[in-house]
Amino acid sequence: MTDLTAGLWGLLLEGVWVTVQLTVFSAALGAFVAFVVGVARTHRLWIVRFLSGLYMEIFRGTSALVLMFWIFFVLPMAFGWQLVPMWAAVLALGLSYGAYGSEIVRGALAAVAPAQQEAGIALSFSPWQRLTKILLPQAWPEMIPPANNLLIELLKGTALVSVLGVGDITFGAALVRNALGESAPVYTIILVMYFILAFLLTRVMRAVERKAKAGIGQAPEKGVGVLRKLNIRQQTETSGDFSSAGGA
Amino acid sequence: MSAEKNPSTTANGGTNPAVDGSELIKFDNVTKRYGSNVVLDNLCFDVSSGKHVTLIGPSGSGKTTILRLLMTLVKPDEGTIKVAGDYLSHEEKNGKLVPAGERHQREVRKNIGMVFQQFNLFPNMKVLRNITEAPVHVLGLGKDEAEQRARELLEMVGLTDHIDKYPSQLSGGQQQRVAIARALAMRPQVLLLDEVTSALDPELVAGVLDVLRDIAHSTDITMLCVTHEMNFARDISDDVLMFDAGRVIESGAPEKIFTDPEHERTREFLSAVL
Repeated sequence: MTDLTAGLWGLLLEGVWVTVQLTVFSAALGAFVAFVVGVARTHRLWIVRFLSGLYMEIFRGTSALVLMFWIFFVLPMAFGWQLVPMWAAVLALGLSYGAYGSEIVRGALAAVAPAQQEAGIALSFSPWQRLTKILLPQAWPEMIPPANNLLIELLKGTALVSVLGVGDITFGAALVRNALGESAPVYTIILVMYFILAFLLTRVMRAVERKAKAGIGQAPEKGVGVLRKLNIRQQTETSGDFSSAGGA
Repeated sequence: MSAEKNPSTTANGGTNPAVDGSELIKFDNVTKRYGSNVVLDNLCFDVSSGKHVTLIGPSGSGKTTILRLLMTLVKPDEGTIKVAGDYLSHEEKNGKLVPAGERHQREVRKNIGMVFQQFNLFPNMKVLRNITEAPVHVLGLGKDEAEQRARELLEMVGLTDHIDKYPSQLSGGQQQRVAIARALAMRPQVLLLDEVTSALDPELVAGVLDVLRDIAHSTDITMLCVTHEMNFARDISDDVLMFDAGRVIESGAPEKIFTDPEHERTREFLSAVL
């Protein structure tokens, strides 16, 4: 530890910044893919359901690492253009984690009580209005806990990019390890760094979840005590809708 | 009350010009099957504008299916349904009747409002928005006008104080009254009521029924009502249809059906529920 100079620490901290960027960009792409594919899988036309299902199966069933190599090395040969390693990595991670995420979206949509859809039909809302005004707002809070899981998976998955030479935490650690000639200190440090990042991510997602639940009239998770319990009890008694909106 | 109204669903029943007695709902040889189970069997009946019709019968006799057909939640296997002169289940294309598309159904359905057994308010919207959302985004009403309309309806159902609450903060009875206001905000010609008090605690039933009685007696809206509240049915109905095995086996004025039914099945059913 004592041998870790300020310069080497600098390498690791730059790596943290790159990892954060990778996570944010891949998550943004992944979330977009997840919503488009997840919603498409509930579409009334079978061809839309089939194509979105096919996408999900293919990208869920292929290794993100191999996909990354493929985008970085094969795509240039096939189409003649070359992505910088950072964007090749974001593309590969976003497309494959988006495939996992689409299942979360689909599951949460399926968990909204069918009666909500019927109430939307009864008021003559169009299918798009039913989706955006009724189904997605109610499915959204259900998506957050599994999405949190997936985000942490994605954060750790970004370590794959180090093999393309992108300077993330893991890449920085390899450099530091070469400089020091020993593995134990630096890998212990980055273990903790990944943990701290994952922990921060979880705190953010908890806050998002509380806000989302308050937005559909479910009391926040914390801080209201007895009142909240009464509310929950009343919900299950009177509206069945929440009790059936279970796991995604 | 109901005594001064004409009990027949087909005869002209009103002095009010809005109640012109025309056929507002018309089922023509409608058959609905689920697998080999025939839920509605060549059903023909019609409801005149402004009438209050109650459907009674044992569970599984097809009452709720009629409401679900009118709400386009299910499609008939055979026969046609007309609402306000337009085909609901079908549309006319090049002189031929074809199963209706989503857009056509939505247009005809705007004449119909429905109140559900389980209320089905939108939990992600506060009370006011539950009521204004469809008038604004489906009918294209201005926001101010829709809110004005919502406030009047909330006053009518006695919930002005709860305008800014989420459905989960209301009791079942209050939620159901909001659901009634939400359906009426679309100014439908027909209101469908699907066992609207069945999910309520007994002490909350009266409040909801009072609101519905009030609507039945003070407006000319046409009501089609599935209920097990026989006293309510008797109070508001012009006509009662007794269903069994997907057919109307008996129909008539409530006094007649409830006191002196013709059909053995009706007698059995009424003695079981009254």
